Amino acid sequence: MYSKKLRVVKNVEVIPGHRLMGLEAHELAMAAAPGQFLHVRCSETLDPLLRRPISVCLADRERGTVYMLYRIAGKGTELLARVKKGDFVDVLGPLGRGYSLPQKGDGVAVLGGGIGIAPLYFLLECIKGIYGPDTDGVSVFLGAAAYTAIPVLDQVRAMGFSVHTATDDGSGGFKGNVVQLAEEVLGGRYPDRVYACGPLPMLKSLGQALGDHPAAEVSMEEHMACGVGACLSCICRVRAKGEEPEYAHVCKDGPVFKLRDLCLA
Amino acid sequence: MKLEVNIGGIIMKNPVATASGTFGFGLEYAGFVDLSRLGAVVVKGTTRLPRPGNPAPRICETPAGVLNAIGLENPGVEAVVEKYLPCLKDYDVPVIINIAGDTVEDYASLASRLDGCQGVAGLEVNISCPNVKKGGMLFGSDPDSAAEVIREVRAATRLPVIAKLSPNVTSIAAVAEGVARAGADAVSLINTLLGMSIDIKSRRPALGNVMGGLSGPAVRPVAVRAVWQVYRAVGIPIMGMGGIASASDALQFIMAGASAVAVGTANFVNPRATVEVLEGIESYLLENNIRDISQLVGAAHQGI
Repeated sequence: MYSKKLRVVKNVEVIPGHRLMGLEAHELAMAAAPGQFLHVRCSETLDPLLRRPISVCLADRERGTVYMLYRIAGKGTELLARVKKGDFVDVLGPLGRGYSLPQKGDGVAVLGGGIGIAPLYFLLECIKGIYGPDTDGVSVFLGAAAYTAIPVLDQVRAMGFSVHTATDDGSGGFKGNVVQLAEEVLGGRYPDRVYACGPLPMLKSLGQALGDHPAAEVSMEEHMACGVGACLSCICRVRAKGEEPEYAHVCKDGPVFKLRDLCLA
Repeated sequence: MKLEVNIGGIIMKNPVATASGTFGFGLEYAGFVDLSRLGAVVVKGTTRLPRPGNPAPRICETPAGVLNAIGLENPGVEAVVEKYLPCLKDYDVPVIINIAGDTVEDYASLASRLDGCQGVAGLEVNISCPNVKKGGMLFGSDPDSAAEVIREVRAATRLPVIAKLSPNVTSIAAVAEGVARAGADAVSLINTLLGMSIDIKSRRPALGNVMGGLSGPAVRPVAVRAVWQVYRAVGIPIMGMGGIASASDALQFIMAGASAVAVGTANFVNPRATVEVLEGIESYLLENNIRDISQLVGAAHQGI
């Protein structure tokens, strides 16, 4: 785990409202795993006060660069968007538990919605590393409100994956969400490994579609303060043994959870 | 240079502690901070039985502050004693357990359970948590009920007893006088300020628990004022806290009358905030040729 001011090597818009930031971070690039996140201080000011958790979108180990894909959602990310190449950004990480990787040959489905595609990009890069050129068993479903709002779509295609797209407005691919699309393409037969990240309604409908799937993993999002399991703010409900509600902490127990362990209703 | 302070019988090698609830059980930050460098570690509020805490959302960021309504999520005193305390034994730092309960009996039972427990240097009695339905701040908002809790805790343990006071009262000095008479060895202040925020998109309270406790730099002037008033009212040592993020913040508390300080919300922003505060205090003492930190305690009261 590192706490460092890192040099920004890139901070560019990829699609409207979404930016890609590259940080010079050799140790971090070596240590980061897909699904883990960085806890980023967006400015030195006291308002906003807290760090922002942003998932690792790619760790380029050869060049020692870590990338974050982020959506401008409020004051913190607006300040982050103004950071220039050559500036320094205060980062903690890599934090949390990431996705468990498949073994070569496992059937895989990857479902991403909107900015939720960010950690899946890193995951797909790792899957590509494991599978080599033969990625036929890997189905990728990416969606957003509109076709032009699907981040890094071309880059995922460039990795060699066949990508199915879903859009709310029908502007590209299937009209509807990625879970409906996956149902249609897979005919309700989900492979051994399912990975997802996206808005809560998407994860809920995936939960309904998958039932008790033993290996499906999803990445959760929640407002965070410390990022290291100390403040106990970022909870999500998990299936309880008794009557009392039980919570897990997104920063430390997650952000990646087994879907069947979560109580998303 | 002498940095050692004595907080009601707890010898701290320097005046910088962690504020309960912001530092977990210490281990969460052990990768960033050498816990042995700290004056004391004050762990998360501990209750008799495990508590799941409040529903989400539990935090909401506000200008220069954070509203929280965690609701005292903790594994219960037995797990704290069996699981967490042994891990902290490897560090040369006094561990102060923050205790909370629904009833006076809960507090007394916790105090008795922790009495003689290896690795416990003292108790911080949380009569000021704004985020639980029973107990907590209800006890701390009145000098008599605050005194009753402290009296029972005092009778149940030989450990140093620190009463943690709420700022959500008409006179914090009166509550401090009450707990001092009841046998508190020290006071710590302030706990969070009761606050609220509304999400105008959903038209609902921003926190699952509706109201929460405000902390962070936004509350610092309120906390400095509280320390100032309590210092003038009672003779027992004060551990000051509320928005401390730097040595200059901490020095304000010390000059207002705090013998020790605790760093809270700042840990979330900067995991090394505690040691940076300590190093800054050391530099200040060196630069100003002050041999003993105690020379600064209450310094701002001189001539007033």
